[in-house]
Parts: sequence; structure tokens; C-alpha cells
Amino acid sequence: MDFSKIDPWILALSGITVLVTLWMGFRSAKTSKSASDFFVAGRSVSVGWNASAISGEYLSAASFMGVAGMVMSSGYDALWYPVCYACGYLFLLLFIAGPLRRFGAYTIPDFAEGRYDSPLFRRIAVCFVLFIGFFYTMPQMKGAGTALSYILPGLPYWVGVVVVGAVITVNVALGGMKGITLVQAVQYWIKMFAISAPVFVLLAVYGGYGKNLSLNQSAAESATVPAIVQPADPAGLSRKPLPQAAPKDDAWLAPFGPLTSKAVNAAAAALPEEQRAVFLAQNKRPYSLLYTFSLVVALVCGTAGLPHILVRFYTNPDGVAAKKTTMWVMILIGVFYVFPPIFGVLGRNLMPELYTGLAGVKGTDAVVLRLPTLISQKYGILGSVLSGITCAGAFAAFMSTFSGLLVSMTGALAHDVYGRMLRPNSTPRERMRMFKWCAVLIGGISVILGCFVEPLEINFMVGQAFAIAAASYFPLLFMSVWWRGMTMQGAAIGMLTGGLCALVAAAATNVSNLSLDKGPMGKVFSGFAPLNSFWAAHPLLRILCEQPAIWTVPLAILLMVVVSKATRAGIPKDVRMKMLVLHAPEALGLKQEYIQEQQGPAH
Amino acid sequence: MSKTPPDHTDFIHSEEFLRELMKRQLRLSVSCASAFLLLLLGLPLLNYFAPELMARRVGGFTLSWLVLGVLFFPYVWIIARVFITRSIALEHAEVHHAAKGNARQP
Repeated sequence: MDFSKIDPWILALSGITVLVTLWMGFRSAKTSKSASDFFVAGRSVSVGWNASAISGEYLSAASFMGVAGMVMSSGYDALWYPVCYACGYLFLLLFIAGPLRRFGAYTIPDFAEGRYDSPLFRRIAVCFVLFIGFFYTMPQMKGAGTALSYILPGLPYWVGVVVVGAVITVNVALGGMKGITLVQAVQYWIKMFAISAPVFVLLAVYGGYGKNLSLNQSAAESATVPAIVQPADPAGLSRKPLPQAAPKDDAWLAPFGPLTSKAVNAAAAALPEEQRAVFLAQNKRPYSLLYTFSLVVALVCGTAGLPHILVRFYTNPDGVAAKKTTMWVMILIGVFYVFPPIFGVLGRNLMPELYTGLAGVKGTDAVVLRLPTLISQKYGILGSVLSGITCAGAFAAFMSTFSGLLVSMTGALAHDVYGRMLRPNSTPRERMRMFKWCAVLIGGISVILGCFVEPLEINFMVGQAFAIAAASYFPLLFMSVWWRGMTMQGAAIGMLTGGLCALVAAAATNVSNLSLDKGPMGKVFSGFAPLNSFWAAHPLLRILCEQPAIWTVPLAILLMVVVSKATRAGIPKDVRMKMLVLHAPEALGLKQEYIQEQQGPAH
Repeated sequence: MSKTPPDHTDFIHSEEFLRELMKRQLRLSVSCASAFLLLLLGLPLLNYFAPELMARRVGGFTLSWLVLGVLFFPYVWIIARVFITRSIALEHAEVHHAAKGNARQP
């Protein structure tokens, strides 16, 4: 290892973030005593804390580093990611948050069983929590490994995975949900500061957001103003020449750019030279529009269906607080997501060498970590400090998301599998001890999985998790809350079919992408290479597989309706009472009455 | 059953009350969702059918970039704000309505 390359500021600030996280975990371990503290933070987390904690949990490595990198590499189309990540919450608020909270269950599997009186459905739901959870854990682990090897050049990838995995596992095992709430809330503010402070400094030095964007010219503008004289710009704005690998200005700035037209471009490349222009003129924009719509559906519905986010709604004292929390989450997340695209725009103008790829974190993904070092040219040490701050923010990002996932997966295992299925008569003390062991077990599995996913892309894994959640959990929750004709069979078949279709479709495009990889993964997946010529011949099919949400979400809902109609006898007997509990204001006290009734016959 | 079974013939347990309740809630949610979907699905359509308009510069941004990268967030906050205020008011009204309905029935 070459110690001379390590920037002391970057190392120190990242180290402080890790230590503060550990210290807060130990501190809150003393106050987390009851089982309820562990699973849902005693249901008494205040609106401010809970909103900061949800936001902290939600802003993962993909948001912190990935969005800026994608805006830099794909331009306008990538803006849909931050917007939909933030706005998916509105759907949660409008249709799901209130009723779910009133129903009052610890976890989503609790809701699944409570709504359909079916222990079998609980088991299915538990499997899905774990499945989506692990899918979402892997990119966080990859982020941890790559960021650490950027901060400490020469350090092997797996060290970062093990360090971050171990720190968070200790925290969760010690403090459970209550401890994690505090840690995540603080981590949100670390991330917010880490993304905004460098942006303000950069904008002050290199000119405003709009000014920097105006350096990129659309097709019409470059036709009317032929020669761009950037270095002599009177405002003192400058721009470095773009390398060959970067997309052209007009494609980057306008909608329907490189991200959404990938399939059509590949199809055009397979055609004979003389047909290409006609084919592109006819198909490029319609297909890109379809891609955009499908992406929007996946991201909005996927946000509303992520299990580790939903668990948080149970940590509010009442339904009104749950709604207020969502409002604040949307504000906190929305403000945050304005900043990463600015990094992308500035990176395109000031650091275009990232397009060609550098050592450490690959290519444009590193823009958030590297761009602040530019300040050093003018203000010396400030650049290192700012770069250190963004590295600390990146650490906070994957640590907080991983801790949220670990709590929800551990909760599913300890509460649902152990507490409800294996040993229903266990005491709260035993369950608490089990929670700790489950945290260690799942943390361990996550670290092992994380060590294997180095060759996979972060966006590959995050995208799959969203696509699966959008086609499984979202239809389940939406329909269960608003349609009383649903049966367990309908819910299960719709959810499983939707989720599996999304999984298979996304996997089909991903294996064909991997087969083109030049590294070791390319060899493993070389058998799938012929798939690429199939995609070239059928660009529409490729879009529908790459972004399956536009057909899998309606398919899941349709199946739920059809199967429920066919199995009408299976509608729970007391469905009216269940719907009342879901929808009637909590002040009427129907929940207590319902619970008494449920427990009555057993005593 | 050890305890006396709760009285299920009163107004708040009636079909009428539930149906009315769900209808009002759904109407509020759907109207807020339509305002959201109008912009969410309308923006790609505007980009598609009016590319020149959306490429117009506003303070250095293209109009399309300004809407999606900056203005979208406050728009969603307004919808959320309206929904929360109305739905809390709706809950109060429902509690009131239920109490009146229960009193009316023998």
C-alpha cells in the first residue's frame, strides 16, 4: 500500500463519520430496552427525528454518488431518477401511508397476515422482504468497497465491505430500531451538508447552475451560433474540451438522449448503413418516450413498495404524525436531490476527463468525490477539506441505507420467522436476544454477498430491486387497502407473478449486457451473447425487458382482480371490520375493539 | 367469549358509513394524484410534441431542465401540503359525522 497518495483530510473526515456512527450506536444501546424499542422504536419517534431518519435511510450510495454520475454521463434523461425517487413518496402518502399505519402491525408480513388471516401468506411476504432486501444490500456493499479503495488507494475491495458491514451490524445488534433511528437521522444531515457545501463553493467559484448549463448548446443553438468561444467568455466561465467518449452537447441536453435511446441505437447499428438514418428518424423518439414512461412507473411505484421504507411508518405515534412525517421526508429528500445533478453539470464542464475513466471508482460515478479537489488549484487546502466532506457523506450514505435494510430484514427474521412461526410462545426477552443473533447472521450474509458483487454495476442491482418492488409490493398494498374483494390467492398470485416477471425480464437484458463485459464476468456470461443480436432485431422487446414496469405493474393488478373474482369464497369473513380499521379515523378507537375481538375467543 | 361482544349494529359499523368513508378518502387521494400525474406524465409528452418550446432558455436552463430538475419538487410539496391539510380535516369531519350518526340511531 502506498501511503503517500492518501489525503489526510479525506481519511480523517471519513474516519470521524464511522466513529461517530459507532459511538451513537453504543450510546443508544443503553436506552433501547424493550422488544418494542428494537422492532419499531417504541412507536414514539417524533416527526422531526423520524423524517430525518427515513430520509437518511433512503439516500443511499446510488443517490449520493450514482445520480451525479448518471446526469454527467447521460444528461437530461437521468434527471428522472432523482425526481421519481423523491416523488414516489407522494404515492405512499396519498394511498398507502395512512391506512397502513392505522392497521397497526409491526411489519409488512404482519399486515399480509392480518389482512387475509393467512399464515401462509405471511411466509410468502417474509421471503419477499428478505429477497428484495438482499438485492438492495448488494449495491450498498459495492459502494462501500469502491469508495474505501478510492480513499485509501491500494486497499483491496473486500476490506471496505467488511469494515462497513461490521460497524453497522454491531450498531443494529446493540440498539435495534431505536438506536438506528438516531444514527440515521444524524447521517441525513451529514449527507445534506456534504452534498450542498461543496456545491455552493463550486458555484461561487465557477459560476451558477444555469450559467454552467448554458455552456452546453442544443442542436438549434449550435446551428445559429456556429463558433463557441468558451475561454474568452466575459463572465469568466470556462469549459474544458470534451473527450471522444462523452455524449455530444445536443444529445446530452435534450430529452430522449443516450439513456432512453440505447436500444434503438443498438438496433440501428445492426442495420445496413443506408437504412440507419431513416430507421432512427422513425423510431428513436417514440421508443424513447415509451422507455421514459416505463422508467417513471418503475421508480414511482418501486419507491412506494420498498419494504425497508414501509417499516418506518410504524414508528410514528399516530396516523396524523405518519402523514406529517411523509411531508417532511419529501421536503428533506427533494432539497437533497437538487444538488447531485449540479455536480453532474459542473463535472461535464470542469472535469470531462472522467468520461474516459480513471483508477479507483470508475468513471463518472466518482464525480462527487473528485470534483471538490479542483478548488485546491485556487484555494489550496480547502479543496482537500471539501473532498473529505463528500467522502464522509458517501460513507454516511451506504452506512445508513444498509442499517435500515439490516433492521427490516432482521425484523422479518426475528419477529416473523422466529417469533411467529418457529416459537410463537417465546418470551419478549428471548425474542430480543434472537434479534441480536439474527442481525449478526444477516450482516454476515450481506458481507459475503457484497464481496462477490464487485464486477456488477451499482445501477444494475438498484434498478432490479426497484423493478421487483414496483411489480410485487406496490400492487399488493394498493389493492389490499382500497379493494375489499381481494382474496389471499389473488394477492399472492398477483404479487408473485408480477415480481417474477420483473425479475426475469430485467435479468434477461442484464445477462446480455454482462456478456459484452471485457472482464471476467464477460467470460462467465458469454453464452448469452447471441441475445444481443436478438435485441438488435427487436428493440421494442428490449425496452420492455429493460424497463418492465409498464407492463408488469398492470399485469400484477389484473391478476389480483381476476383471481380474486374466481376465488370469491375466500374473502375474509370480517372484511368490513378490517376495512373500517384501515380507513376510519383513529379517534373512533376501532382498532382496540378489533384486537379485543380477535383475542376474545382464544382466552 | 369472556367479554360482552361489541355492539355491531350501531352507525359506525354500518355498510353505509364505511362506503361513504372510503369514497371520500379515495376521492381526495385520486384528485391529488391526478394533479401529480398530470405533470409527471405530461412533461414527457410536452418534450415529445413541443421540443422547441421546451428547449427555450430560461436563465441558462432549458425550460425542460428547469421544470424537471428544480420546479418539480416544490410542485409536489404543494400537492402533499394540500392533501395533508384536507385529509386531517376529513378525519375530524368523519369523527363528528360518526358521533352524530350513532346518536341518531336508537
